[in-house]
Amino acid sequence: MPFIPHTPEDVQAMLDAIGVTDVTELFDEIPPALRWSRVEGVPPGASEMAIGRLMRERAAKDGNDLCFLGAGAYEHHIPAAVWEITTRGEFYSAYTPYQAEASQGTLQLIYEYQSMMTALMDMDVSNASLYDGASALAEAALMALRLHRGDVRRIWMPAAVHPHYRETVRTIVEGQGIALIEVPYDPVTGQTQAMALDDLPDAAALVIPQPNFFGRLEEVDALTDAARARGALVIAVVNPLAMAVLKPPGAWGAAGGADIACGDGQPLGIPLAGGGPYYGFLCCRSEHVRQMPGRIVGRTVDRDGKTGYTLTLQPREQHIRRAKATSNICTNQGLMVTASTIHMALLGAEGLARAALSSHARATALAGQLAALPGVSLRFAGPFFHEFVLTLPRPVAPVLASLADVGILGGYDLSAAYPELGHALLVCATETRTAADLARYTATLSSILGDDA
Amino acid sequence: MSQIPVDLKYVSTHEWLRAEPDGSFTIGITDHAQDALGDLVFVELPEVGRDVAAGEACAVVESVKAASDIYAPIAGRISTVNTTLIDAPEQVNTDCYGAGWLFRLTPAGAADTGELLDAEAYRALLDQGG
Repeated sequence: MPFIPHTPEDVQAMLDAIGVTDVTELFDEIPPALRWSRVEGVPPGASEMAIGRLMRERAAKDGNDLCFLGAGAYEHHIPAAVWEITTRGEFYSAYTPYQAEASQGTLQLIYEYQSMMTALMDMDVSNASLYDGASALAEAALMALRLHRGDVRRIWMPAAVHPHYRETVRTIVEGQGIALIEVPYDPVTGQTQAMALDDLPDAAALVIPQPNFFGRLEEVDALTDAARARGALVIAVVNPLAMAVLKPPGAWGAAGGADIACGDGQPLGIPLAGGGPYYGFLCCRSEHVRQMPGRIVGRTVDRDGKTGYTLTLQPREQHIRRAKATSNICTNQGLMVTASTIHMALLGAEGLARAALSSHARATALAGQLAALPGVSLRFAGPFFHEFVLTLPRPVAPVLASLADVGILGGYDLSAAYPELGHALLVCATETRTAADLARYTATLSSILGDDA
Repeated sequence: MSQIPVDLKYVSTHEWLRAEPDGSFTIGITDHAQDALGDLVFVELPEVGRDVAAGEACAVVESVKAASDIYAPIAGRISTVNTTLIDAPEQVNTDCYGAGWLFRLTPAGAADTGELLDAEAYRALLDQGG
């Protein structure tokens, strides 16, 4: 059976039926300058054998470094069973299923995923996942604009939100006339300051990161209440693993919690793999469900009273609402969600909390050791999750290069995204780093900086 | 056969209007429209006080199989919305010209009702398959 379902005869029959001579006529709404006849810079095809060899050689170049790099994607232990089960033939698809009758197992798995995410976030509803954390935040911003119903076309976006997330959101919302108003962070604590909102024009929503890009825990209650007092909705963008031990978005503030909780699901069973694939999650309060993008699986009973699962709340989606759909991003990362669901099921609430606490303990220990080195200090005062900012006595990039030379990924250089922080390095340690790993990093960094003295 | 009360005005997008004594207009969807949509599960109503242009999408009715925009038949300001539909959208199916009304709007000046259809014209539209 061919993988391309339409034969040239099929295509011609369809064109004849609608009175069009050529497929390209169907795209005549798109200006010719924007139509790409071919993709530049892509070499011609190669054989499976040649590609396999190329990939193995490139993979070998990645080496097996000791990783203290986080900045949005984190190395955690993933039980071997997770991917063994995920890659079974019954699960092995990246897509959510349209035919409920044919895919009860996958639908049940997504339903379980949604239940776990709502429990973790303390929210009412979860969708079946989105592309990644950054695009989930952009979808949350668009959703908040629809819910707010006012004329305000602004979102308060803290500078302490991941720079890539801010870039992605800007790319998606600015074309729709929505402005991102930057909320500054306190230079001493690294936290987004609720007081800073007083000086800013009204917005439809405040984005609250937890933890923020610097690893710092935000004053989520004060920020939530400050946003509410200005009539704004609250969008939580959180590390889902941290939510196993921190106050979840649904409980933030004096009344009702955040409106939307989103983020990247990578810390829940997805390995670091050259930047992806990961997946985005998005949860909300039940009164907002009709503005939620993406798919939702519901549980119901069939006419014999037996439990069944089905895609629900579909009329707002693009295959029915076309250009007026709630979202035009529906392709999700079904396989990643499958792995995450199995990961969460195997670890349980207690296992997730232990992984989070263990990560926090390792990062705290490492921060203490590194900050004791001459000329090295913690940039921000106050609690962090599993990531922290160090100030080094000299530029970060050559230090990271020296660490890489001996097989250590030392962290993320903040000088490009946050030049005002000086020689600032973002360092992460999770439960996968042993006491010996921390000692090796400390001794190596000490030696590199000592050479310089 | 669709119910088409003779005392109402209609538009081709299947909304009906009723002139109220206070100068406002009550708006809903026709029997033909509710029948075509099937069982309604949700109605999204406009905000009271919002100014809408004639032909502007200002509400959404959602059935199990479709979500459809409701267009303002004439320009005006939304004065009242039927909040009972939030918990009981099925009233649009059971009583589309009565308890299932959607919203009222008040025109800024004299309403421009010249383009509106009477019952006979709307019936003719349906007969043509419109």
